[in-house]
Amino acid sequence: MKLKKNIATSETGFIFNPATGDSFTANALATEILQLLKQDRSPADIKTLLLNRYDVEPNQLEKDWDDLVAQLRDHQLLD
Amino acid sequence: MSATADHRPRYVIGVTGLNAIDSPGPGVAVIRALRESPDFAVRIIGLSYEALEPGIYMHELVDKTYQLPYPSAGTQVLLERLGEIHEREGLDVIIPNFDAELPNFVRLASRLAALGIRTFLPTLEQLEARDKLNLRAFGEAHGLLVPRQRLLHRADELAAAADELGYPLVVKGRFYDAVVAHTLEQARKAFHQISAKWGLPVIAQEFVQGHEINVAALGDGTGRTLSAVPMRKLYITDKGKAWAGITLEDETLLQLARRFVAGTQWRGGCELEIMRTADGRPYILEINPRFPAWIYLTAAAGQNQPAALVRLALGLPTEPWTQYAVGRMFIRYAWDLITDNHEFHQISAFGEL
Repeated sequence: MKLKKNIATSETGFIFNPATGDSFTANALATEILQLLKQDRSPADIKTLLLNRYDVEPNQLEKDWDDLVAQLRDHQLLD
Repeated sequence: MSATADHRPRYVIGVTGLNAIDSPGPGVAVIRALRESPDFAVRIIGLSYEALEPGIYMHELVDKTYQLPYPSAGTQVLLERLGEIHEREGLDVIIPNFDAELPNFVRLASRLAALGIRTFLPTLEQLEARDKLNLRAFGEAHGLLVPRQRLLHRADELAAAADELGYPLVVKGRFYDAVVAHTLEQARKAFHQISAKWGLPVIAQEFVQGHEINVAALGDGTGRTLSAVPMRKLYITDKGKAWAGITLEDETLLQLARRFVAGTQWRGGCELEIMRTADGRPYILEINPRFPAWIYLTAAAGQNQPAALVRLALGLPTEPWTQYAVGRMFIRYAWDLITDNHEFHQISAFGEL
């Protein structure tokens, strides 16, 4: 899973797709994930990091992850 | 032309389209862009048709305004009026910005040039080719996606058009207005309203769902695109006009503009009105043969198209731009301009201010 190269993200959670003109606001956790994706970290790496960093069950993380991916795909932010 | 203290050349430029209303003319935006050119200074001569065009009273933008005869008066009357203005002002360039006046200015271009007034306009054939009535055939000839359409001369032709194109059906006037009809009854009502206002034929067009995107482009007349800036409409008025917009990064849209300019050898400014479907196909809904009202955004994004058009008109070297700022936005606003009624009387009674 890769963010499109031209997607602009900010530390404050602002996402801009320059191809469509769409803007989005991400919550703190989604912002963190987007920053990691921009660093070319793999989904498995990111999930491991989140499980270590936050008090979250693996099942819950998988569910939230799938939700986020579906939204990113829906908004044409993924390659 | 004369030199100013800052050593830039100074050009006297006539600009029409000063009606900055809810469906604004491009003139005020063109002037704003011209005043930001680093290459030259300007004296702006506003050319108006109505005494209440706001640009007439924007003295920080427009140095002097003269009224013109309506386009229906014909080319000879227009030439005489422009001759009078030229004697007093020494016009270097005129930039007409209304669809309805363009044919007259195109017909007069060589006679204006003989007076020393330069223009940079498409030919009559180019104007005709991208006309709404011919757009579908134009698209087919140049490999551009254009929604299917049928020209209607009678209301009883609607049913067959709807059978072919489906619902919703877009019913459009040949010059202006469009209604999205979901039933035959709605389509009939729209046909009668639009034909009463804009005449026949009325256009029945396939409805295309998507995002509205416009591209402002400038062709040098040899097939070269000097500038193309795509903008997505973010806020659309009930007249379908962009009240806010943002520049996009999209090579497909730039290629579309280049293909249009190369295919037609377009000369001057133009605007491609595009509907981009969810699967990314860009349908051309209309091609306007002049700068759009949002043209200042091109200057704000780094490609000052009106200033480049002046250079083209004057025969100065003008290179294509390769970069513009993506994510640059405009947000239009309404402003109550205050003036005194003696100014209104002046322009109304004497045709100049």
